[in-house]
Amino acid sequence: MKAAAPNALHNGEPVQLGDIPVPTITDFRERVLQACEGGSRIAALFGQPAADGNTRLFAVMASDVKGQLALWSAMVPDHYPALTPSCAQAQGFERELAEQWGVHPDGHPWLKPVRYHHSYREGHDAWGRSAKSPIQPGVTDFFAMGGDEVHEVAVGPVHAGIIEPGHFRFQCHGEQVYHLEIALGYQHRGVERALVGGPNKRTIPFMETLAGDTTVGHTLAYCEAVEALAGVDAPARAQALRAIALELERLANHTGDLGALADDVGYLPTASYCGRIRGDFLNLTALLCGNRFGRGLIRPGGALFDLEPARQSQMVERLAQARQDVTSAVELLWNSSSVRSRFENAGPVSRETALELGLVGLAARASGIERDVRAQFPSGLYRFAQIPVSSYHSGTVFARAYVRWMEIQRSLAFISDQLQALPHGPVRAEIGPLAPQHLVVSLTEGWRGEICHVATTDATGRFAHYKVVDPSFHNWMGLTLALRNQQISDFPLCNKSFNLSYCGHDL
Amino acid sequence: MLKPLLARVHQKYRTVGFPDQPPVLPDRMRGRPEIDSTKCPEGCRSCADACPTEAITIGDKGVRLDLGRCLFCPECERACPEGAIRMTPEHRLAVSRREALVLGPEPFQLAQALEQKTRKLFGRSLKLRQVSAGGCNGCEADVNVLNTVVFDLGRFGIQFVASPRHADGLLVTGPVTCNMDSALRATYEAVPPPRLVIALGACAISGGPYAGHPEQRNGADGLFPVDLYIPGCPPHPITILDGLLRLLGRIDSSC
Repeated sequence: MKAAAPNALHNGEPVQLGDIPVPTITDFRERVLQACEGGSRIAALFGQPAADGNTRLFAVMASDVKGQLALWSAMVPDHYPALTPSCAQAQGFERELAEQWGVHPDGHPWLKPVRYHHSYREGHDAWGRSAKSPIQPGVTDFFAMGGDEVHEVAVGPVHAGIIEPGHFRFQCHGEQVYHLEIALGYQHRGVERALVGGPNKRTIPFMETLAGDTTVGHTLAYCEAVEALAGVDAPARAQALRAIALELERLANHTGDLGALADDVGYLPTASYCGRIRGDFLNLTALLCGNRFGRGLIRPGGALFDLEPARQSQMVERLAQARQDVTSAVELLWNSSSVRSRFENAGPVSRETALELGLVGLAARASGIERDVRAQFPSGLYRFAQIPVSSYHSGTVFARAYVRWMEIQRSLAFISDQLQALPHGPVRAEIGPLAPQHLVVSLTEGWRGEICHVATTDATGRFAHYKVVDPSFHNWMGLTLALRNQQISDFPLCNKSFNLSYCGHDL
Repeated sequence: MLKPLLARVHQKYRTVGFPDQPPVLPDRMRGRPEIDSTKCPEGCRSCADACPTEAITIGDKGVRLDLGRCLFCPECERACPEGAIRMTPEHRLAVSRREALVLGPEPFQLAQALEQKTRKLFGRSLKLRQVSAGGCNGCEADVNVLNTVVFDLGRFGIQFVASPRHADGLLVTGPVTCNMDSALRATYEAVPPPRLVIALGACAISGGPYAGHPEQRNGADGLFPVDLYIPGCPPHPITILDGLLRLLGRIDSSC
């Protein structure tokens, strides 16, 4: 193995493509596996088509302890020895690699499609399918359990509620779930492929709708990537407004989730109040920019809307009221023994499992892992204003609910502080052309967890490739393992405790 | 036991007065745009060039804006040098015909109530099945909130049901991804006729930002006969409620 130093970089630090070491695939594997053993995790692993017809692999390794990223790259032909057998968190990425570029990870234990589309590299299909044969979503092998009294429950893609589509298969013995397997891809809209050649007029709408409930998180990750490539910093005031919007998004979703969790255990007071208070937080975002989800607010170079003094004091006032309301609503949960008894032992994910799967965000923190982009890979305002990491040890539904509540309190305090000390000045800076032949990794902590965008530019400064990793991409496997040995009737509760994105996964 | 009661007192009665009272909306809300083509400088195409979804066309009769494609973003308004195009907080946006979504010099035709026979069937009890077919969870979220105490959809006899067999109609969100095509059609077939179809959001009406992608079908329009179009990205919950109530003839069509 070459003695080259690991290619270390920080969140939002552009690197020249030519400076990224390209070891052999054997060395690449060894380095990725070594980094994982050393406590790093895979933030992104993806392929980009190379001029010679091969595929160039990129691995973005994140070390939470060092707050540093490492980047590795290798050229691969149509197959290579899979990482997954030695490193479980690679499983989804390697399936994606196989599906998008027809690169077969040899030895992958369960190589199934991720989104059910044709290969992007004509004539190369990891499953040997022809480009003309139709691909049906969800049509694949599923684990099956044998036995007289074993039964299979299949749900979806269309679910009972107003919710996105996905297909779930449970292997059950009576009420007990032995295994859950999830097939997604129904929401696949071809976003990543459409981003190539940008930025253009549609880039922002794509970012704002990658996962509609995470408009601010994804748009912020994108804008910080573009700003890094253009060598421009958003003005301080814009950075503050964007952080406020990101925390409002967290508040709205966490509050809504706590209400939905209460609903799933039949505790209607909190369900009813939180459903309403979630709207109060969305309306605060609308007070700032006119849209409840923050659409139209964030643009490369800053923000399109400002918070003038009258609006600012209105926000302070309404936030204080919402704080009282959400406290009154949520504390009922912890004071109700019937709620606690349903939350406390349901859907456990151990710390070891969470580490092995590379879970991110509140799901990881609820399993006792201190993992938060805002603390470990801070960008924008979070470099100057810290939010303590909220974690809990038990890994259960209770932990995921309680971490939400801790984060609600900390986001409320954070926004209040920022509103009292908003920097003066403009909210937008001019953005010039993007640096050609560069790569940048941009991380933000969305309300579900780490959002990772990786952009590479071509010789003209247009996107040669754009990789999006929604936190759900890591965390869906956490849900499947949380269900093991649980009662199937607890599925809605466990599912809501993760509340993962379908479209963020399907892209 | 005392704590839940105290919380109940604290949380108060929160259902909005709409439709009897005008809705309270954010002042920066981007609802129905207003166009004044007389202000347009000769040959100016700034708004059309800025629009991310090609919703704006400029012809003999001036600027036309297709609300079915519009994402209600601030781009055209910001691009216009003369203030000829302006986003207003006007929330009433739902229409009955696709063509009515194209804003021009003509008066805007809001959704018409169902004809009397259908209205007799559905007017006091409308059960809908919602299908997200590639929706980003924005439209879905703002449909979901109609069930909260704020909007209290149940008071109008409208309910979202789990089974299409129990439904009188389908509310579609998303551009209709190829991967949801067959599930959506199967759901539609499972709704007993006469059935209504509501296309909600730019994606379900035209494909929205995904229009033209080979992975989707440019919305539900064209797959089924659509009875109500509710544009937006996503439409404000009040816009959705307004549309549903107009369809059922529960809002006076003159206002």
